[in-house]
Amino acid sequence: MSLTGFEVEIQREVDGGLTTEDMTLSMGPQHPSTHGVLRFVVRADGEVMKEAIPDIGYLHRSIEKISEKVGWHGFMPYTDRVDYVAAMFCNQGWAMAAERLASIEVPKRAEYCRIIAAEFNRIQSHLLSVGSMAMDIGAYTPFIHTVREREYINDLIEELCGARLTFNYMRIGGVAWDIPPGWREKALSFLERFEPLIDEYNALISYNKIYTERLRNVAAISAQEAIDYNLVGPNLRGSGVRYDVRRDLPYSVYPELDFDVPVGSGELGTLGDCFDRYMVRMREMKESCKILRQCLAQLPQGPVIAKVARNFKPAAGDCYVRIESARGDMGWYVVSDGTAFPHRCKIRTGSFAAMSIIQKVSRNLMIADLIAVIASFDLVAPEIDR
Amino acid sequence: MAVSDPAAVHAVLRSHFGDAIGDLAGTRPDNAGTTVAPSAIVEVCRFLKTETGLAFDCLSNLSGVDYPKRNIIEVVYHLYSYRYRHLFVLKVEAPRDNPAVSSVAGVWSAAEWQEREVFDLLGVTFEGHPDLRRILMPEDWPGHPLRKDFVEPEEYHGISTSRESLLKT
Amino acid sequence: MSLINTAPEMALTTKIDDFLNWTRKSSVWYMLFGLACCAIEMMQTGGPRADLDRFGAAPRATPRVSDLIIVSGTLTLKMALRTKVLYDQMPDPKYVISMGSCANCGGLFQLAYSVCDGVDKVIPVDVYVPGCPPRPEALTEGLIKLQEKIQQERWLVRKPVAANA
Repeated sequence: MSLTGFEVEIQREVDGGLTTEDMTLSMGPQHPSTHGVLRFVVRADGEVMKEAIPDIGYLHRSIEKISEKVGWHGFMPYTDRVDYVAAMFCNQGWAMAAERLASIEVPKRAEYCRIIAAEFNRIQSHLLSVGSMAMDIGAYTPFIHTVREREYINDLIEELCGARLTFNYMRIGGVAWDIPPGWREKALSFLERFEPLIDEYNALISYNKIYTERLRNVAAISAQEAIDYNLVGPNLRGSGVRYDVRRDLPYSVYPELDFDVPVGSGELGTLGDCFDRYMVRMREMKESCKILRQCLAQLPQGPVIAKVARNFKPAAGDCYVRIESARGDMGWYVVSDGTAFPHRCKIRTGSFAAMSIIQKVSRNLMIADLIAVIASFDLVAPEIDR
Repeated sequence: MAVSDPAAVHAVLRSHFGDAIGDLAGTRPDNAGTTVAPSAIVEVCRFLKTETGLAFDCLSNLSGVDYPKRNIIEVVYHLYSYRYRHLFVLKVEAPRDNPAVSSVAGVWSAAEWQEREVFDLLGVTFEGHPDLRRILMPEDWPGHPLRKDFVEPEEYHGISTSRESLLKT
Repeated sequence: MSLINTAPEMALTTKIDDFLNWTRKSSVWYMLFGLACCAIEMMQTGGPRADLDRFGAAPRATPRVSDLIIVSGTLTLKMALRTKVLYDQMPDPKYVISMGSCANCGGLFQLAYSVCDGVDKVIPVDVYVPGCPPRPEALTEGLIKLQEKIQQERWLVRKPVAANA
């Protein structure tokens, strides 16, 4: 292909011994598209990145150290802040770790309340992820649509536990409050309205030509790579690995429920590209609706919290609890030395793992694609830094 | 043929590595595992990853725990196999005053960042790590905060780190 | 009764500072500075239900065109130094809303080793919005309080000579 116009002039300058050098750009920590305080040091040749090196820790709030100071019950509000977009799962992870160490049996109704709250939270989290992803790509309207539905879930959860964002709903041994009267009908009517909306989102944005062109074939991650870097949740399933803690290492009452685990299929491009990860989230919302309908139908009667001592002291030992958060397999490694304070609590999160693969997958991408990659991993800053 | 039972995994390790492997500990699948001598950790990990029937292809979690009374820092590896869906735990004990453990970043890429985090917060040096530097705290931060005897600095770049309580006045 | 096309032709008189402040307070552009949990509530405040745009406040991506910085969330020591840089980039007159307990005084994270207890240690704050996190209504109230403050400022009119001078 022959060069034209401007290209000829550039070629002439290059032939004439013009040297070019890489640019080093600092992207963040305050950047509108990095979902919180993330920073990348981007080494770029024009618009093409040689490398994007993540720099994290701008939201490191020492939650793990605080766990050693505030006691078992007192740590529950802090778990909300580990992942504020999906706080129920963090509540549940901490409660399950303490229960496992102390061998506490949770009442059946409490387990159902937990699952109902958690699955609503999953929809809420995925809505935000999908909406902000569309916004980052350049479509503002879907964001408004998803935030609108998110507000309705906020209302439901607020009625359940009194908070919109940092729920502090679960307790060691159960949940704080029972489902209020009339709440079940409201939840069902929300599901009735919400489920068709997923198809509406698909019609509005998912198969929009401009949108798919920005996502397909971008940053494809093979299944082996994803496992090697310990990607979890939708990021792992986007690469075609059918793994879900709810199904493979079941906890709570998930074995009694019927649901599918959607995985990416490379339907528009390569397996494991940004579009696959995005579509897994879309489909998971539908599965969550399915789980919620079953839970609301089978909700048993009974108490919602087991008897747990105020001065809670589990036996010495360690445990590693895994739960399927909205961002995937979340691990809680908790060490107890038999006192009223945990000895150590380490939280292994999905965003941390996803962040570590960015340096590898960002090679030879356009700078604009980095935004799509970040959005498709659904990174939440405090979950990376804790 | 998958070797999924923690006791069986332990037996396989014992027969291969002998004294480098400690006793089987833990009662539940999520905490059943063994201690490994610091010098053997990389070979043990590589063996667990590549051996048929074990195939621990994923390092789920790598964390450090400070035990001032026993004067050690324990590095804990939670392994998982996507192939056979089983779990195993490895623990390495390092002396507290100069903790050094070989890096497993060459075995699982996920270890790279997790080891950096343990280095940052607990001060464990991972030998052979490709890029061992602080990850969460600023480069000029004094000390390793997750150690039990860590003392919070009075100020950082002119910003004092404490605040007077309005309630006490 | 419709008011359209019924008013007589007329001129309104007002103080020049009042007029200036009225225009300024009706177009407060805030910088998107989401730090932590409160950022989600700030997004919802800008979203369809609370709709902060009604009060003339629109989000901006860069400090150089913003009038207001809403510090929404926990300020870590690592981030505190950057916050000062961002604040210095904003053109005068500039305002700061500290949103949430963490930004006000450290809140829950006063126990933490890595958190700056209060954004007022780094930059001056005009309005404190309490809550963990504050509801969108609370942030809207905070903006209205800031507008009241802007309305009372005097920029052009000569200040009265102080009594003891």
